[in-house]
Amino acid sequence: MEIFANYYQYFLRGTRTTILISLITVFCGFLLGCVIALLRLSKNRILNGFAKLYITVLRGTPLLVQLYIVYYQLDFIPYPKVNIWGVALERALPCVIALSLNSASYVAEVIRSGIQAVDIGQSEAARSIGMTNGQTMLHIVMPQAIKNILPAIGNEFMVMIKETSVIQYLGISDLMYNNGIVVTATYNPLPCYYISAVIYLILNIVVGKGVDTFERRLKRSER
Amino acid sequence: MSDKSSAMIHVEDLHKSFGSNEVLRGINEEIFKGEVVTVIGPSGSGKSTFLRCLNRLEEPTSGRIIFEGNDICAPGADINLLRQKMGMVFQQFNLFNHLTILQNITIGPTMVRKESQEEAEARAMKLLERVGLADKAQEYPSRLSGGQKQRIAIVRALAMNPDVMLFDEPTSALDPEMVGEVLGVMKSLAEEGITMVVVTHEMGFAQKVGTRVLFMDGGQILEQGPPQQLFTAPRHPRTQDFLSKVLNCI
Repeated sequence: MEIFANYYQYFLRGTRTTILISLITVFCGFLLGCVIALLRLSKNRILNGFAKLYITVLRGTPLLVQLYIVYYQLDFIPYPKVNIWGVALERALPCVIALSLNSASYVAEVIRSGIQAVDIGQSEAARSIGMTNGQTMLHIVMPQAIKNILPAIGNEFMVMIKETSVIQYLGISDLMYNNGIVVTATYNPLPCYYISAVIYLILNIVVGKGVDTFERRLKRSER
Repeated sequence: MSDKSSAMIHVEDLHKSFGSNEVLRGINEEIFKGEVVTVIGPSGSGKSTFLRCLNRLEEPTSGRIIFEGNDICAPGADINLLRQKMGMVFQQFNLFNHLTILQNITIGPTMVRKESQEEAEARAMKLLERVGLADKAQEYPSRLSGGQKQRIAIVRALAMNPDVMLFDEPTSALDPEMVGEVLGVMKSLAEEGITMVVVTHEMGFAQKVGTRVLFMDGGQILEQGPPQQLFTAPRHPRTQDFLSKVLNCI
């Protein structure tokens, strides 16, 4: 408790960064995941093959390795050398890119399975009244697929929040990075890790509640 | 048979294979305006596949299907436009589970035919009254019985004002006591003169309501004729065998 009282600014600063990076990652990862899922379901061999390859590679290599590869591979990009809320954008952007790319591969598989779990009869019925492929996807299949995928997506969001902790290795001042600072300053690691654990837990409980509420709202439309 | 132009649907040497399994082996058939054609035959004979080829839910492997003068398999064919003219009713109903009954019926007219919401709803309600389900307009499909779902599915297809209605075993998934209500609706459509193609195991319907019966087996139409003739004096030995089994099953 004493440690938290003395060093709470560090934990709060880190938490802020973690939340910010998580939100951007979850958002971008979800959008990109939708695109990859649609490519994966496409009948076009090239698009389909690309999506398969993407998912295989991104799921098959460690996030930390991907993070370093993106960081060094994309170092030619002139990221703006500015700080936002104490976070160096120059280093934060490659992190967000790497995390989003990684998250998208998982999200894509979740969405694909959710779409495929919708009875084929639903799209046949839609096509039989003359709806186009796109209309069928958007108005008939997707709304029903969302219900299937929501729990798994919630899972993925939580995993992503926890996974953001790898960005400390690039010197991003996230929760774990600041945790390290406090550990060094106090020579008392255990309480620090407890504090960080509780903070991650709180973040994920909030996400869990949010997903639950959304799920219940969707269910209501069926009764 | 008669010339191409007068037939509503003209099927020419239709073949369909799933992998190495040849399900349709050369079907030639014509369906005329106002006919109620029933398709009977044993399971696996290709009846449903034949019906599903007519609006290209199954892609024919070869052959031609001309609907109202348009080759529906031609590269430039606007299949979505042609499908609006061909209503389809499925064995498993396939109502849109996330939409209310009213939305199920109006989504086609408003989204595909760009009708106004009011216009589509007014007609939907009229059709619902006709099948005795107007009070279910705001319910979701999960609250309905099988027979009610199938009547709604018929209404959903009718709401597009199709020129022909395709029925794919519409009563096969129903409890016996609900078969009657669905067949009743179909009978009233037939009496109105709507062109219908009905794949069915309901021999009574084929006999009493159908104007022509096709008997299919092994991916071919083995015999066809007016119900009177086909049911009382079938010519093909396979038809005789099939009918003796389904008509005298006790």
